Amino acid sequence: MDNIIEVKNVTFEYDSADTSARQVLRNFSLSIARGSFTVILGHNGSGKSTLAKLLNGLYKPTAGAVTVDGMDTADEAHEIDIKRKVGMVFQNPDNQLVASVVEEDVAFGPENLGMEPAEIRLRVDEALKAVDMYDYRKSAPHKLSGGQKQRIAIAGVIAMQPECIVLDEPTAMLDPRGRSEVLDTLVRLNREKGITIVLITHYMNETEPADRVLVMHDGEVIDDGRPREVFSHIDTLKRAGLDLPQTTDLLYRLRQAGLSVPEGVLTVEECVQALLPLLTEVR
Amino acid sequence: MAFLSVENLTYTYGQNTPFEKTAIKDISFSAEKGEIIGLIGHTGSGKSTLVQHLNGLIKPQSGQILLDGTDIWADEKKIREIRFRVGLVFQYPEYQLFEETVEKDIAFGPTNMGLSPEEIKARVYAAAQSVGLREELLAQSPFDLSGGEKRRAAIAGVMAMQPEILIFDEPTAGLDPAGRDQILENIVKYRDATGATILIVSHSMEDMAKVAEKILVMNHGSLALSGTTESVYAQADALVGMGLNVPQITKVFLALRRFGIDLPLVYTVDGAFDAILSFRKGGAPV
Amino acid sequence: MMKDITFGQYFPADSIVHRFDPRAKLLLSLLLMIFIFVAGNFWALFLIGGTVLTLMMISKVPVRLYLRNVKSIFPIILFTSLLNALYTSSGTVLLKWWIFTVTTGGLTRAAFMSLRILFLIFSSALLTYTTTPNDLTDAIERVLKPLKFIGLGNAVHTMAMMMTIALRFIPTLIEETEKIMNAQKARGADLESGNLMHRIKAMLPILIPLLISSVRRAYELAEAMECRCYHGGKGRKRMKQMKLSRADYIGSAVLVVLCACVIPINLFL
Repeated sequence: MDNIIEVKNVTFEYDSADTSARQVLRNFSLSIARGSFTVILGHNGSGKSTLAKLLNGLYKPTAGAVTVDGMDTADEAHEIDIKRKVGMVFQNPDNQLVASVVEEDVAFGPENLGMEPAEIRLRVDEALKAVDMYDYRKSAPHKLSGGQKQRIAIAGVIAMQPECIVLDEPTAMLDPRGRSEVLDTLVRLNREKGITIVLITHYMNETEPADRVLVMHDGEVIDDGRPREVFSHIDTLKRAGLDLPQTTDLLYRLRQAGLSVPEGVLTVEECVQALLPLLTEVR
Repeated sequence: MAFLSVENLTYTYGQNTPFEKTAIKDISFSAEKGEIIGLIGHTGSGKSTLVQHLNGLIKPQSGQILLDGTDIWADEKKIREIRFRVGLVFQYPEYQLFEETVEKDIAFGPTNMGLSPEEIKARVYAAAQSVGLREELLAQSPFDLSGGEKRRAAIAGVMAMQPEILIFDEPTAGLDPAGRDQILENIVKYRDATGATILIVSHSMEDMAKVAEKILVMNHGSLALSGTTESVYAQADALVGMGLNVPQITKVFLALRRFGIDLPLVYTVDGAFDAILSFRKGGAPV
Repeated sequence: MMKDITFGQYFPADSIVHRFDPRAKLLLSLLLMIFIFVAGNFWALFLIGGTVLTLMMISKVPVRLYLRNVKSIFPIILFTSLLNALYTSSGTVLLKWWIFTVTTGGLTRAAFMSLRILFLIFSSALLTYTTTPNDLTDAIERVLKPLKFIGLGNAVHTMAMMMTIALRFIPTLIEETEKIMNAQKARGADLESGNLMHRIKAMLPILIPLLISSVRRAYELAEAMECRCYHGGKGRKRMKQMKLSRADYIGSAVLVVLCACVIPINLFL
């Protein structure tokens, strides 16, 4: 399969006096397939944010190499190219918007790339439409909701026409409504525009649209597979300090109690289907 | 007479300006000692405005708040004392830490109360223990703590005032599952130990299902639903209509009931587990 | 809510003055201010002042807003008038008391200086009421652009970027300050009473968290900007292009001619 990002035997250390906390990743390898929707799960301090920042060269590996489309992130000559190809969205929507008018903020990336004004205009409009925020193009960011601000941040990345977007806990500070706005936007970008999505989160229900889920714990990947597979490995999830979705948790406990129910159940509908036979056979 | 009684509270921001916006309208409810109450509603429903009324940060434009039968604004000069009795932990409280050491930061509230040094020290240690902060952390700078520890230190800062009512605005926002569970657990323990009334603002119906005994639901500035947790969650359709996320498990049971299966309505995994088992035993639902 | 207060004093309206190119508006305001000083007699001052007043009338900004600006600066006007009235000794003596002498020349001079200050305030208010802070920042950046020929291009870009970020974050910081203040008040902080020393000390629980969070914001913003391919002003192109319209040219020409008239009036009237 064609990979957009390759992480090979990467070790990453922070400059810190405290030796125990220094090494975040050790001999870490990972490849991200072009066009995929990958969710990386892990609790705070599992190394997932560090990994995110390695993917576009914001951090450089201490040992090993990260390549984007064959370009080494440690090679300064490719710096701009890599950052354009792999866009990044962070947790706090307030701290990544630069301009006080929405459309000017979205234009920031293309402006830095030195594009022609007419081309920038085109891309900005297109990006704002892609995140469904075109009507707000003249607004001031501080008047928008968290979910809307985060969509503007995504638009700012899309305007650079990236191949991949890495999002580091983009929904952690949002309310449920904002969370689903952002998630829906990501799904659309992945399905309609073929943009590769790497979503880092600790919300289990955000894995639903993923075609691959990685579970990180102490700087290592302890599970990797389709959402259903990962969700059938209950013990691994618990070890990683993650919340089981209520549906998965219920069926897990019923299974433990000796009832026969399927594994890897995620959505409400699946859970209903799994429970129906249990409840109708009695009568 | 209820311990805390809120009567017909209405508040409009920017009165007589082009930005005029009614934040809350005609809110009435009451709370007894020792209750844990969940206040649910999405962003902009008026939750924050309401809780800032309860400790006198905002003065009501109309309506009143009675604490133990007395209007908290009866003597305007004593409003600071009300804030010691009604503690308010803001959203992301770790951003208000400022002292050199965790100990001094937690002591800020008690010091403002004018307590004796011995009393302050005792309260700081008790509060730190309530939130599970190890004693050796007290001498450290609050800025060296981990995210979850900072949050707990900030909460201890309000607990140390030993308020009779303790309000939390989104106490678990931005935390991972382990951090979230620990904070919710600390809150329940604090109530058990002190008998304080707890009000938790949240948009997580799943979290509130775990800890709250009573639920208030706000929608567009009004109190849309209120009552025991069971009675409010039973109105799942109304909650969905207000754009709230009903727990997954409640949705599953609603769907099962639509299939004609006679199950009770549940909102926690524990409840669901028990309900299914007892249903299968052929018995009537609990 | 404090965050709803718009920063600066832009007054939204649809007028010729609002639509005027911000760069031209900035330069012409400066020109007007310079010629308010160049004007050496009442005739010249009335010409420039009249121009300013006319522009104010067509700006569709309520007059009381302009007057509000005068109110805050009134003590200065009064002070300068007094100084001028008392220390100019020309013309006929009107009043003599102790060491003070009031002459007709002094009064004329006081009136002249007061009008000058008044027109200065009006012309700067005219600019800020009719131009958004954003447009103003852009205009300053573009007007200063020629400085790159003397090697200051980077400095101009940096300054403009700083202003843009400041405008973006002022509302956020106001909101944050309000939040921290409330949080500390909820812990019994007393911000209102006590003497000056006490009050300064009482501000620490607000200033320290604010400072720390600003540093954190700055750090995160820098990372986000880097991720969006920011690498200084080099090779950067702006989406928004400013183009002078025919109205801008005509308006500018009229104002320049009016200002130029000041010189012959100074000399011959």
